[in-house]
Amino acid sequence: MARLTIPEQELMTSGHLGCPGCGATLVMRYALKVLGPKMVLTVPACCWAVMSGAFPRTCVGVPFLDCAFEATGASIAGLRAGLDARGMKDVTVVGFAGDGGTADIGLQALSGALERGVDAIYIMYDNEAYMNTGIQRSGATPWGAWTSTTPVGKTGRMKREEKKDIMGIVLAHNIPYAATASIAFPEDFTKKLEKARSIHGPRFFHVLAPCPPGWKYPPEHTVRLGRMAVDSRVFPLYEVVDGRYRITRKPGRPTPVAEYLRLQGRFSHLDEAQVATIQTRVDERWARLETFETMTAEVVR
Amino acid sequence: MTTTLLTGNHAQSLAVKLARAQVVAAYPITPQTTIVERLAEMVAEGELACEFLEVESEHSALQACISAAAVGARTYTATSSQGLLLMHELLHWASGLRVPIVMGVVNRAVAPPWTIYTDHTDTVSQRDTGWIQYYAESNQEVLDTVLQAYRVAEDPHVRLPAMVGEDAFYLSHTFEPVDVPGQDLVDAFLPALDLPYALDPANPARLGSFMPPDSYMEHRKNVAEGMAAAAAVIDEVEQDFRERFGRDHGGALPLFECDDADAILLTSGTAVSTARAVVRQMRAEGRRVGLAKLRVFRPWPVDALRELAARVPRIAVLDRSFTFGFGGALFQEVRNALYSPTGGPLVRGFVGGLGGRDLTPAVIRSIFDDVLRDGGPEVTWTGLKEGA
Amino acid sequence: MTEVRPLWASVPSSTEMTGTWRTFRPVIHLEKCTKCNVCWKFCPDVAIRIDDQGWPVVDYDHCKGCGICEVECAPRAITMEKEEL
Repeated sequence: MARLTIPEQELMTSGHLGCPGCGATLVMRYALKVLGPKMVLTVPACCWAVMSGAFPRTCVGVPFLDCAFEATGASIAGLRAGLDARGMKDVTVVGFAGDGGTADIGLQALSGALERGVDAIYIMYDNEAYMNTGIQRSGATPWGAWTSTTPVGKTGRMKREEKKDIMGIVLAHNIPYAATASIAFPEDFTKKLEKARSIHGPRFFHVLAPCPPGWKYPPEHTVRLGRMAVDSRVFPLYEVVDGRYRITRKPGRPTPVAEYLRLQGRFSHLDEAQVATIQTRVDERWARLETFETMTAEVVR
Repeated sequence: MTTTLLTGNHAQSLAVKLARAQVVAAYPITPQTTIVERLAEMVAEGELACEFLEVESEHSALQACISAAAVGARTYTATSSQGLLLMHELLHWASGLRVPIVMGVVNRAVAPPWTIYTDHTDTVSQRDTGWIQYYAESNQEVLDTVLQAYRVAEDPHVRLPAMVGEDAFYLSHTFEPVDVPGQDLVDAFLPALDLPYALDPANPARLGSFMPPDSYMEHRKNVAEGMAAAAAVIDEVEQDFRERFGRDHGGALPLFECDDADAILLTSGTAVSTARAVVRQMRAEGRRVGLAKLRVFRPWPVDALRELAARVPRIAVLDRSFTFGFGGALFQEVRNALYSPTGGPLVRGFVGGLGGRDLTPAVIRSIFDDVLRDGGPEVTWTGLKEGA
Repeated sequence: MTEVRPLWASVPSSTEMTGTWRTFRPVIHLEKCTKCNVCWKFCPDVAIRIDDQGWPVVDYDHCKGCGICEVECAPRAITMEKEEL
């Protein structure tokens, strides 16, 4: 019998309303295993506001406060202040929001919270579009993707802008800890959460959460896609501790990006040249990340 | 009790300190700024032990207060005009979540064009959001009302947020003598916040949620009941305040020289002070005029108003705001409250279809049946579940 | 005066029988199972538990039949089989 490689404690219950194969549910499940039960979650409008179930049900065994769409950054600040005022200093504050609620409509409040050094963990689950409202594009949608507001049509419209560098934006605030993670590597994710838990100040997680209806693939491939995203270097796994970059998974023989894209209907319209462009950009960003890792190895903050 | 010269803004700050607010989150806007600056000074001097959040917008300020209140902390914020408008969706959040926040609003006109001068359109235009609303006439009243507002907002039958309005510059930046009560007296009047549904890992739950059409309307009705309950609580608290502090501010609708008036003026804010002086002058000239100060706009003091209207033949309503209806908002609400069922057509009100609750032919038919009968309440919530 | 009824939701979601969503159900062939716990690890619905012998057990009341467990099972001990009505 193999020992468990991630914490055994389970704080999410079955019966939530997530789509079959939803990547975002795994993000929450793993986060709760490490950070709960002494925590308060705050969640804005997003898939997770609906997945938890209709009143009077809840699917997490920790306090969960709904907040306004733009305001997760402000909500974590208020929770931390309120808990401290009540002498509950050992209760962790966790903001849990999608890519839209973090990097688009939620960016201002996030920036404010990071700049003010709010002592909280912020987890952005990234399914790369506004999924809860029906797969509309977000700033986190990758170049070339079909979405309902960037449909392809006869003009080849698709998403024509590069994915926002959310980690870059977050790191510009000089916070003590930020990391990427993928639901396909729960050991890496939970280890990072354990490290983050004992750090004081703002801690940010960018977690890739594949989405069957939004990315257009059958639900059984969710974990496989989460793995391919990392092993193709489209979504590198790394952490930044006080400004020092450390890549936590270096694929020995990277998966060709074409294989990752081929599994997803949202990229099915791309021609070879467009796929090659994506591969080039992925390679460039990886090289840049490796440079950051080398350059910051000796950084002392 | 010591008498000090205070601006309306500093009266707010001092009241917030006396009320022992635990979390303050605010964003500056003229002419509210000195409320928050004074609070920051008090924190820096070690005079006020509270978590002070220098947030990056008013929208974030109110969300931060809501979240802090949701874990049981006593909170405060302040704003004006554009800042209040930016908070709009969160005003609904605060009342719907039943968190008893107190907010100072320095009443300022709305842009465009830019203006920093007084006008009540900011708060009056938010009358739909479920907040208790007070309008102060003096800096003494500002200080006392902030204390009363915490008591009312936190009352177990109310648990709704409250705004305390003060006119820009006339109160916010003008010095007046204010009796400042001692901390012990305030502590006896205002015990610590007790919120039974404050979030706590020891008793996990979700606060907020989503509701399909089968439940939303009952929730809204429950919030409405909280607002209705506030009317009696406001009077009780005023009474208790008088007993402890030796003064009060007349409840929701204080009257001046109305007993034998041929005409009265109803208005809010510092215009009331001016009107009081004019009433004295005109009375001295033998003209029988009176003044009704609308101190509490929400909940609307329908009973006090009807009682007054039974004795007075003419009412002038002065709205220091405009919200594009037929006449100002206060005018509409006065007329609405005074509409007589015995002259002109019978007008009755129905509330229904909230949160997606279906407005079926049966519901419509029942409204007709209802209005075609004699008697029955003036306002009916239609289509509710049994026992709601 | 009516009592305040806050928006407080604490009924566990397990009362929602999401097993009715399924088209396919996972069947674990224990003779091939190596007790690696991967199926437990990757189930988005917490619908696989490990019993005290170390065997994975599917909670058919809640399993939505997404098929992740079949794909991730290295020894191919899980097959997705069409539900019969």
